[in-house]
Amino acid sequence: MSHVPPPISESAALVARDGAALGDAEAPVLDVDRVTKTYPGEPPVKALREASLTIGPGELVGIVGPSGSGKTTLLQLMGTLDRPTSGRVRITGLDVATMADDDVAYLRATRIGFIFQQFFLAEHSTALDNVADGLLYAGIPVGQRRERALDALQLVGLADRPHARPTQLSGGQRQRVAIARALVGRPAIVLADEPTGNLDQATGQSILDLVGQLHQAGSTIVVITHDHAIAERMPRKIEILDGRIVADTRTASPDPS
Amino acid sequence: MTATGLPARRRLPASDLTRLATIGLRTRKLRAALSALGIAIGVAAIVAVLGLSASSQAGLLAEINQLGTNLLTATDGQSVTGGVVELPTAAPAMIGRIGGVQQVQSIGIVNGASAYRNPHIPTAETNGLTVQAASVGLLEALATGVAQGHYLNAATAREPVAVLGATTARLLGIDRIYPGERIWVGTQWFYVTGILNPAVLASDIDTSVLVGYPAAEKYLSFDGHPSTVYLRAQNERVDAVDNLLAGTANPEDPSGVNISQPSAALVAQADAKGAFDGLFLGLGAVALLVGAVGVANIMIISVLERRSEIGLRRALGATKGHIRTQFLSEAVLLGLLGGVLGVAVGAAATSIYAHTKHWATVIPTDAWAGGIAASLLIGALAGLIPAVRAARLSPTRALWSV
Ligand SMILES: Nc1ncnc2c1ncn2[C@@H]1O[C@H](COP(=O)(O)OP(=O)(O)OP(=O)(O)O)[C@@H](O)[C@H]1O
Ligand SMILES: [Mg+2]
Repeated sequence: MSHVPPPISESAALVARDGAALGDAEAPVLDVDRVTKTYPGEPPVKALREASLTIGPGELVGIVGPSGSGKTTLLQLMGTLDRPTSGRVRITGLDVATMADDDVAYLRATRIGFIFQQFFLAEHSTALDNVADGLLYAGIPVGQRRERALDALQLVGLADRPHARPTQLSGGQRQRVAIARALVGRPAIVLADEPTGNLDQATGQSILDLVGQLHQAGSTIVVITHDHAIAERMPRKIEILDGRIVADTRTASPDPS
Repeated sequence: MTATGLPARRRLPASDLTRLATIGLRTRKLRAALSALGIAIGVAAIVAVLGLSASSQAGLLAEINQLGTNLLTATDGQSVTGGVVELPTAAPAMIGRIGGVQQVQSIGIVNGASAYRNPHIPTAETNGLTVQAASVGLLEALATGVAQGHYLNAATAREPVAVLGATTARLLGIDRIYPGERIWVGTQWFYVTGILNPAVLASDIDTSVLVGYPAAEKYLSFDGHPSTVYLRAQNERVDAVDNLLAGTANPEDPSGVNISQPSAALVAQADAKGAFDGLFLGLGAVALLVGAVGVANIMIISVLERRSEIGLRRALGATKGHIRTQFLSEAVLLGLLGGVLGVAVGAAATSIYAHTKHWATVIPTDAWAGGIAASLLIGALAGLIPAVRAARLSPTRALWSV
């Protein structure tokens, strides 16, 4: 896959996604700094309490915790889909709190990839078009979008089914399409919320194998799961409980499969 | 560039926007068609009403042109004291000498004579018919003809022979001419030789019984004064003739002559008929309103159904503006679809009706362009609130509360 540089390299403050430093090369891909999230209500829900973590380029991180511990909330904040009540989130050195909504959207378009439990594919579109839509808002012309989408489909092992509709694909294949869509923009970081939650054991394992391969190839990936067994096999495991990060362990031999 | 070094808000290229705006249309074809239907009906009604009135007007004008716009009439008028100023007996001959006059014909009301089916009818029941002396070339000048039988000629104009105007024949109950058919005029029988077609340019002929000038003088003690002179002028001389007409017809009292151009009155009538039917226009407007509500309704449902698509697009980097534009475009497109369909149906209806009437089909530009513009506007208005709601949807809720 050829590395096409993102069309936003004008600023010296940005770090190119292939790792080449344009400005602050030292900045981590993701920096969550004492982030709190309180949902209003009676009583208010403190979903995150001063959570901090830093993720460097090329890491594969599993975030694990029981139901209601704040995993999804953390992912939403890391993915700039929501803003924290307090604390800072920095993506490739950019402080989200200082940015306008439209700039944050562009940040997502170019630097963050999402993988969801429910895939969220457009049923009326082909696999190729679904993947190409991952570049739609990054301002890339349609021809290039298709080309890169085909590359991404190849990466997830679906190069032979570009024109299949999601309804013609198995659950595992659908999640592969969704993963291709997350990767197609070569984001600085990929965030996955329970990516195997809708899949059976074997299919889920094959998806995790794919995640491992992508990590080997250099992608930075965060996988959220409630399953300790899954997190255990990641090179780095962060445990979360009641909105607090309670453990952050790195395995000596990173072997996800 | 903004403070963070990121490019300012990006617009999607038109091709991408079109693809996004048609997602709803492509995935829910029937629903899209039904929601566009209201607008289509409204636009069709408006286009058809405007098209039909324009076409009927064009048809009338064509008919008037066919009859010729170079016919002028000089009619006896009122004097200052209120009495009738009769045209001189010599008026037709004098008028014939004006340069550019091609034909001169005349009729003269025969005072005191009435026409009846037979002598037993009470004299009061005149049916409003007038007996008129008519010159033998009258029909050509009026561009009309006989429906049945024959008009007067030099020979029959001297005999007790009558020709009936179209309405006269109906009122007298004569629909066919049998040999020996006769009516009671004044104090004796007149043989009926012909029934006329309606005379569009001189409708008072329709309610007349026409007899020859010599016969009128001989049998009905007619004084020989014409009451109306019909003349055809060369087209380019019509105005000049018009100016000379009163003085020539009655040199002693030009102000006692009424001059008119029958085609001008008909054109004015045609213009009045061209005025469209307010009721149907109103119905069209109501249908448009209903269509707008339909589109708004469909768009709101669409936004609710497509929450996860909206959330996903936000996750993929769409701004609120991108989402708003997408749904607004979809509504405008629905409106446009209805508008185009409506114009097509309205134009087809106009064309079919005009065809059966032998009119040229006329769809005024205002009608179809206005119809399309109105449907675009309605689409935009109807789509505004749903589009704003779609844009405001929080991506976390859209993606995690399904
Ligand atoms: N939009 C919201 N409004 C109010 N409370 C919320 C909202 N989202 C999450 N919460 C609450 O915040 C807490 C953390 O929720 P979160 O979804 O982050 O947990 P989770 O670890 O992802 O759980 P699960 O494994 O069940 O997905 C929970 O108590 C939840 O009820
Ligand atoms: Mg969750």
